[in-house]
Amino acid sequence: MSRFAPGDKVRVIADFTRPGHVRTPWYCRDKAGVIERACGAFANPETLAYAKDGLPKLPLYRVRFAQRELWPDYGGGAGDVVEIEIYEPWLKATEE
Amino acid sequence: MTDKPGNRRYHDMGGLPAGPVENDDHEPDLWEKRVDAMMVCLGTSVADGKKLITVDEIRRVIEDLPPDAYDTMSYYERWVHSISTILAERGVYSREELEAKLAEVKARANEQASEGAAP
Repeated sequence: MSRFAPGDKVRVIADFTRPGHVRTPWYCRDKAGVIERACGAFANPETLAYAKDGLPKLPLYRVRFAQRELWPDYGGGAGDVVEIEIYEPWLKATEE
Repeated sequence: MTDKPGNRRYHDMGGLPAGPVENDDHEPDLWEKRVDAMMVCLGTSVADGKKLITVDEIRRVIEDLPPDAYDTMSYYERWVHSISTILAERGVYSREELEAKLAEVKARANEQASEGAAP
């Protein structure tokens, strides 16, 4: 079951100290974006990395971030975005 | 602000200044092709219902390299380091077996080199 739907506003959790193999880039943590699409459910790479079975599968989303949200000094167009595929446990709902 | 740059892991360098990108094509060396082939074989071979290796494990071991090794090892050097670490972790062979095999291969290479150098 997917918790989020396209258009939902989300924020990546502010976990800056998780040890081990992590699939969520540092630069998007604690940043706000919008769900662009639900990609399906996939085995968890953060446990597959330690030879586990990666189950249960986790919902994966493509999240759209404004470049200016990610990089406060971004010099390009205001409409420029980056889309990052992020697993559900890394996301929380937000009204911002 | 909760951002703590000191906690960013070394490999997680998206967005940092990186200098120019080298776009030159180059043919991989034979050993690099062999490492690539070995990775494909291990990633598709199943033992006890599990793949012998996953790309996630490969990434995890490479990410755990200390920064100086991460910067100086070539792409396939990182791969072969990772493959050999994982196969030892999983008990496919022991460190001792790997070292014995490496010594055997080195001795053979030295033998061939000295034969080649003979008049």
